[in-house]
Amino acid sequence: MTGIAFLIPIALGLGLLGLGAFFWSLRSGQFEDLDGAALRILIDEDAPVDE
Amino acid sequence: MNAPAPRASIAALPESLFAVPGMRCAGCISKIENGLAQVPGIAAARVNFTAKRVAISHLPETTIPEIQRAIAALGFESQPLGDELAGFTDESSRELLKAMAVAGFAMMNIMLLSVSVWSGASGGTKDLFHWLSALIALPTVAYSGRPFFRSAWNAVSNRRTNMDVPISIGVILTTTLSLFETFVGGAHAYFDGAVMLLFFLLTGRWLDSVMRDRARDGVSALLKHKAAGALVLGEDGTSAWVNADALKPGMVMLVAAGERLAADGVVTKGNSQFDLSLLTGESLPVAVADGDLVHAGTLNVDAPVEVRITAAGAATALADIARLMEDAGQSKSRYVRIADRAARYYAPAVHTLALLSFAGWMLAGAGWHQSLLIAVAVLIITCPCALGLAVPAAQIVSAGALMKKGILVKDGSALERLAEVDRALLDKTGTLTLGRPELTNIDALDAAAAPVALALARSSRHPLSQAVRRALEAKAVAAADITDVREIAGKGVEAIWQGKLARLVRPEKALFGGDVGASLAVAFQLGDAPATLLTFEDGLRPEAAATLRELKALGIESSIASGDRAEAVQPVARILGLTAQTGMHPQDKLDTISRLAAAGHKVLMIGDGLNDGPALAAGHASLAPASASDAGQNAADAVFMGDSLAPVVIAIRAARATQRIVRQNFALAIGYNVIAVPMAIMGMVTPLIAALAMSGSSVIVVANALRLKGAAQ
Repeated sequence: MTGIAFLIPIALGLGLLGLGAFFWSLRSGQFEDLDGAALRILIDEDAPVDE
Repeated sequence: MNAPAPRASIAALPESLFAVPGMRCAGCISKIENGLAQVPGIAAARVNFTAKRVAISHLPETTIPEIQRAIAALGFESQPLGDELAGFTDESSRELLKAMAVAGFAMMNIMLLSVSVWSGASGGTKDLFHWLSALIALPTVAYSGRPFFRSAWNAVSNRRTNMDVPISIGVILTTTLSLFETFVGGAHAYFDGAVMLLFFLLTGRWLDSVMRDRARDGVSALLKHKAAGALVLGEDGTSAWVNADALKPGMVMLVAAGERLAADGVVTKGNSQFDLSLLTGESLPVAVADGDLVHAGTLNVDAPVEVRITAAGAATALADIARLMEDAGQSKSRYVRIADRAARYYAPAVHTLALLSFAGWMLAGAGWHQSLLIAVAVLIITCPCALGLAVPAAQIVSAGALMKKGILVKDGSALERLAEVDRALLDKTGTLTLGRPELTNIDALDAAAAPVALALARSSRHPLSQAVRRALEAKAVAAADITDVREIAGKGVEAIWQGKLARLVRPEKALFGGDVGASLAVAFQLGDAPATLLTFEDGLRPEAAATLRELKALGIESSIASGDRAEAVQPVARILGLTAQTGMHPQDKLDTISRLAAAGHKVLMIGDGLNDGPALAAGHASLAPASASDAGQNAADAVFMGDSLAPVVIAIRAARATQRIVRQNFALAIGYNVIAVPMAIMGMVTPLIAALAMSGSSVIVVANALRLKGAAQ
């Protein structure tokens, strides 16, 4: 029975973590341009190299 | 490394939004973002590829036309988006998505606890699990239930009922009773049922809202947002750009060829031809000279003119049409969506059933506690989980299929109304026809002349030159090398080709000795050779005749309602075999629609012009081509791309297929209730059975809706 005391908070905590992560990604605009995000991975960012 | 989207805009700098419909690839994103960042006066540019928009933060002194030129220098056409769009985010979708995420999280965790209870947890463990469920469910219902509670309250306080009323009552009653059960340590709690219900319904709502957002983004990228201002001639002879809302009577506008007027006025200098087709439906450009009255929204096609403003803003003829449109749109907002119509019968039936089972069990001596439990089971099992999902799921799948075919449907109710139409009214200019001149005698140009003509046509933006260019490019003619290109305003272009003078000019009577016949024509002359007369006409859209035949096969009778002259409409009407009304003003078109509606017809209006705006708003459903005026596109229920008229039939077929699936889904939901409700009334439904029934019926209606993927054909 004591197992439940640990496992249930862990299960709920993990769920909440996922929910929190989703809210964070929503607020930081990661869902605003879904097609664009898929294309941006193809862009080479050629930053000038300091030598 | 990949390039993350720059997010934070530089604070305190003004930000302007531009629609750039030409973005198609990853290269375009980096080209625009990096290219604009190097333009002096522009701090940062951020592309939203999905919405085909660029947000640009720039110094306050950088003007909109300057930025537009910078974007054009990168090779993209752009249109500034108005403030009303700039301040707009997809708020309602986002709220629904949040509510859905919370409900989904709660549903999974409560289900976790419920499954343990169902598989035999008892005594203290069961009570603990019920308490935990309550702890998760109560805030979830309070947060995720708000969209339903709000809408139900609105309906009830207006003495109406909609789908949200039984949902709200069901959820609140279930939660309250489950809480009571938890307090007294009862055997069953329905927290999982209540939260699952919210989750499924929010999914349906969110799909509906996403569909509207996507179509709105698509349409706003098409809008031309033109004539947002004019170049005004100052007293000292300099000219400055003035926004449309700041134009005042008495100012003198400089209107270049190819520009649309921003205000009504009188021509004070110059001769030109004006295209009134968006305003009146009249297909032939009208010649204007000193002292002629010209209206806002008309297009100057020929030569630059100066126009003294007589009326601006709300006083223009354009604004009258906008007012007419606003009034006409009210009939459409009275349309009740099919889900809400179903709810009118559904809600009282469900509530009566629940009440009757309560009364019945009380009379049978079951005690109020047991009777109440059974009544709540009836409420949960009948709650329109599948109904709430049945309609939006079908509509979004269908709208997605239509979008792939280039048809943007603005919302679900548009699909429902489109399926009901049985009468079509079509505008002529720009709807049945392309609304732009097309070269009719391309063969008049021989193999030697064609490359030169193409090179000349490319150097001018005049509509007739553009038509020559399109026709020759379609025949894969390669342009010749020409030098010394000169555009003579109001006359045409000329250049030197292999030492000879080549001219593409307005036909002069002297050149052809007599009347030139058709007034849409240009003359092409190479050296001393005799000039060739190129004629143009506004051609029918491809597949116009086939589309009208298919409309008839679908049981939809069509006719033409045009603002053009009878002589201009007649040939089109004869080719297509349609009856036509001609010379109609916007008010006449409105009257025709209300007359047909009074005779019991559901009218589909297809039109493009400003003059069609009120009729588009008044029609039971309406379609506009992507070439339509902004007002036309805004008023229409759906916008179709491309030249062909075939999307009209595709859209109606898809709408009818959607309606069929929606009805099937309703039948499925009713069939499920016929089995489940007697069980609930007999007191045989446990939370386990309710959960299985609810998710099972939802999966079935969604799967049925997915069959619409191929609906747009």
